[in-house]
Parts: sequence; C-alpha cells; structure tokens
Amino acid sequence: MSTPTMESPAPGLPEEPVAPQQRTAAKQARFADSGRVLNVFSHGFLILWAIMIVLPLAWIVISSFKTDGQIGGSAWTWPHHWSFDVFQRAWNKGIGGFLLHTVVVMVFSVTLTMLFGAMAAYVLSRYEFPGNRFLYYLFVAGAMFPVYLALVPLFFMVKNLGMLNTYQGLILVYIAYSLPFTVFFLHSFFRTLPTAIHEAAMIDGCSHSRAFFQVMLPMAKPGLISVGIFNVLGQWNQYILPLTLMQKQTGSDHDRSVLTEGLMNLALQQGYAGDMPALFAGMTIAMIPVLVVYLSFQRQVQAGLTAGTMK
Amino acid sequence: MRRNSKYPFIVGFLIVPVALYAALVLWPYIQTIGYSFTDWSGESQKMNFVGFKNYTTLFSDTVFRQALWHNILLLIFLPVITILLALFFAFLLNVGGRGGTAGIHGVRGSAFYKVVFFFPQVLSVAILVVLFEAVYRSDSGGLLNGILIKLHLENADKPIEWLSDPSLVLWCILAILVWSGVGFYLVLFSAAMQSIPKEIYEAALLDGSGRGQTFFRVTMPLLWDSIQTAWVYLAIAAMDAFALVSALTPGVSYGGGPDHHSEVLSTVLMRNFLYAGKSGYACAMGVIILLLTLILSIVTLRVTRRERIEF
Repeated sequence: MSTPTMESPAPGLPEEPVAPQQRTAAKQARFADSGRVLNVFSHGFLILWAIMIVLPLAWIVISSFKTDGQIGGSAWTWPHHWSFDVFQRAWNKGIGGFLLHTVVVMVFSVTLTMLFGAMAAYVLSRYEFPGNRFLYYLFVAGAMFPVYLALVPLFFMVKNLGMLNTYQGLILVYIAYSLPFTVFFLHSFFRTLPTAIHEAAMIDGCSHSRAFFQVMLPMAKPGLISVGIFNVLGQWNQYILPLTLMQKQTGSDHDRSVLTEGLMNLALQQGYAGDMPALFAGMTIAMIPVLVVYLSFQRQVQAGLTAGTMK
Repeated sequence: MRRNSKYPFIVGFLIVPVALYAALVLWPYIQTIGYSFTDWSGESQKMNFVGFKNYTTLFSDTVFRQALWHNILLLIFLPVITILLALFFAFLLNVGGRGGTAGIHGVRGSAFYKVVFFFPQVLSVAILVVLFEAVYRSDSGGLLNGILIKLHLENADKPIEWLSDPSLVLWCILAILVWSGVGFYLVLFSAAMQSIPKEIYEAALLDGSGRGQTFFRVTMPLLWDSIQTAWVYLAIAAMDAFALVSALTPGVSYGGGPDHHSEVLSTVLMRNFLYAGKSGYACAMGVIILLLTLILSIVTLRVTRRERIEF
C-alpha cells in the first residue's frame, strides 16, 4: 500500500522518465496526503462502476444455464446443473446463420469502404482541381446527420433497384453511409504524410495510381487501421439499416438477417415462446467473438477511436 | 504532359465513391425535403403537393410534441451526466493517483479499469437490448428488482415495473445510454489528459494547488476541445435512441410506450413511415430533425468556443 507500482502509459505514448526533484518532493507529499482519503473514495467509485459493468453481463451468462422457471422466479438462484444443451438450442434457432450473414456483409462492406474512402480522401487531400473543396465539404456534411433522415427515400430507392433483402443492397448502403467519416478522417491523415517519398516515386516514373497503391497506402497504414476499427464497430452495430432493408419480401424469401436484427427478432419472439435460457445463450454466443476481438485488440481499439475523434 | 495526365486519374479515383455517396446518401436527403411537402403514402408513386400542411399537422400532433420534448430531455441529460462521469473517472485514472517521487499518475489498476469500462461500447445494440430487458424485468427475476429486494428496499410482492412505469421509462433508457457510453468518453478524455505535459501539473503542485484546483484550473481548460467533441457526439446519440426505445419499451409498433412516455422522434418517424404508411408526413419529421441537428451543432460550436490553448 505504501508505494504505488502500477503505471499505465498511454497507448502509443512513450513513458516519460520524470526526474525526482528535491524541491517538489515536499509539495508532492502534501498532494499525496490529501489523496489518501480521496483514494478510498476513488477506488470505491471505480470498483462500483466496474461491478455495474461486469455484473449484468456475468449474470446473463450464468442465467443461460438456468431453467425457464428459475429465470422467472428470483434473480439470485444458482443453476442446478451446468448443461451446454442450451447453446446447441440457441445455435439451432439461427444464431449461426446470423453470424454468417453479418460476416459476409462486413467482409465486403468494410473492405470496399476502406478502398473507396481512401481513394477519395487521397485525391481530395493531395490534388488540386476545380471543385475539390466543394466535394470535400459535401462528404463532411454527410457525417453530421442521422441516417433515418434519409430512410424513407432510401428504402424506395433500394426497392426500385430490386435490392431489398439482398447482400449487395446492404453492402452498398453500408459503404455509402460509412464514406463521410472515412473520407473526413483519412483526408486529414493523408495531409500529414510527407510529400518527398511520393515525389521521388513520381520522378522514378511511377503512375499516379501506382504511387497510391504502392507508396501512399502502405504509409497510411496506422490511419487505415484506426478507421477500419471504426467502420467494423459501426457496421457490426448497425441496426436501423438492416431492420429497414433486410426484411423478408415474400414468405419464401431467404432469411438474410444480420446478427443485431436476428437477435432482436429472437428476443421479441422469445417473449411468446418462453425459452429465455436459449435467448441468453444466443446472446452469450454473440458476445464471445466481440469479447475475444476486443480483449486482443483493446489497445488499438481505444487508440484508434480516440485518434478518430481528436482530429 | 504530366499535368494533363492527372485528370483521368482524379476522375477515375473519385467516380465510384462520389457516385455511391451521391446516390445513396445525398439524393435521399434531398428527396426527404421534397417529399415532406406531399401527401405521399409510400405505397404508390401517387402524391399531391400539399405545401406546409404536414408541418402544421406536426405541431398539433401531441405524440410528436411529446417525442420532441423527450429528445430535448435526453439532449440535456445524456451529455451532462456522461461527460461528468467520464471526466471524473478519467481524472482518477490519470491524475488521481497518489503522488510520490514518481510524479503525476493514475490510481492503481487504471489500465484494468479502462479495459472494463470501455467494453460496453463494443457490444452491439441487440445485446444491450437483451441484456437490459433482463435487468429491467418487472418481476422479482429482474436483476434490478432482485438487488432491491435483496437489500429490502422494495417489497417482493410488488416489484417495480421499470419499463412500464410512465415516470421511469425514459430514465431507464437514459441509464442504458450512460452505462454504455461512459467508457468511451473516459478513454477519449484520458488520451487528452495524457497529452498534457507533466510540467504543467508539476508547476501547479509547486504553486500549492490541491486536487480539486488541479482539476478545475488545469485539467478542465486544457480538455475543452475534447469536451466539445464529446458533446457533439452525445447530442447525436441523444437524437437517435431508436433501437433501445423501439425494442425495449411497450407500444404497438416501434415501442414508445407506455402511453407515449418514452416516445422519441425516430420512433414516431418509423411508425408513420413503415406502419401507418404516411411517408410524406414522416419525411416532414425528418426535415425537423435535420433542422434541429443543424441548430444544435451551431449552438454547441458557438457556446463552447473558447480561445484555443496551445501546449
């Protein structure tokens, strides 16, 4: 308790060695004393909030092992027997399909968002041509408005294209709505890159597009990773677009629900079917990939998201 | 020769992203404005120009006015509560630790807290819905009721019906938004705090300032830029809240109940559009939301404009 040992350097920031100075020591000691009482409080608050985050999630996971009757009874019963049948049951209700649909959509939409976003941002940030500023502001303006503003016409546009409840339709819409932020972010990123290397490549006879793909894009990797994470999270969590655009058009239409939509439908149906454990198990299944990805990349996720908003 | 060859490249790189963006984002926004002056039902292409009739109807529509008021409440409370909590936690985690010879740093285990607090941010909204449906269950099987009964703060025979209680439902939704949002802004503010040079804090210490003073006189002003960013992001989130309200609260289609006590603009819009077939009317709502967002951004930028502090 006497010497604090845990240091947490900022992601990406080098740890600065601070030279201890005799003169400040006394003042710092006083600062420290006032902190002794505060420390109890601050740890209290932090632990309380941590419990508030972890408890509901852990409770849901444990609840998936309970019986339906137990869930309806008291919140504090413990599962009688730990059986994994419930996960099988949840999987059969379509969770696997929802995951697959989401992955199919996102592989294309995130890749193409990054490609088109980087192309547009690159040209807008590094080439002078008439209308450059206008196009840039047109893109930036799109980042400001919530998506359901455009929902009514968008629905009918996708319908007229015959792309309701198709992967292509949703992929195209995801790309379009992810472009404003991607262009905005990468625009400022490409501006910070040195011009010398690019110029050298051009002098060596590199074409414009080759310079982009082989010189600039690799240099922009940190920026691309940040925006990539942003887009993955954003599209993974998208709810209103699939809800509007991916509804079954006819009874025989293939179910292409993505995870958010499918899980939500399941939740609404469950109210009648009364298989709460399966619903909780489904949620646990949906949560595991997020948890794994988050825990393995949490540094990059946090650094990427903050870099995106600080600009 | 080279000067001329850049235009095909520019056009080639811009054509796909701009076309996609214009067709699927900009054009629907513009159409929304156009449709808002018609009595379009959405079913057929038949529509009549009705001038401002939709808008005048809107303001005598009590459900719409209620929804507008709820959005305003969220606009006030969501940013204030989230930012205060996030600032408080960020301060504890970055500067709140006990001083010593090592200088300024966070409390013990701050890296751990950051990881845990941020986690809800990566959970998809469907998971939030399932989770909080269970937390807010109206019988003693709900987590919240379970805790209150355990603490003898509530009668086990008459548990609180969180989401069906007209005076509680909106605050329940607000709590979810705060719960899931604090971690992100904590990390955002942490990044900003860590970019503040330690010498500034040491100088403040030498001048004998305590924790409170350090926070209000040093940290807050230097963080003003990030607070402003956070405010804008939270305001956009407060204007949305669609998924939570539509899936968690009672109501015929897209929630909003009981008796419209949790109605927000987005749910009213969706009900009119997809359920009642009043597309023109829904578009008018979209335009109102657009105007609100615009006003909001301008006000936020004006009110929070301060002299930028360079360090």
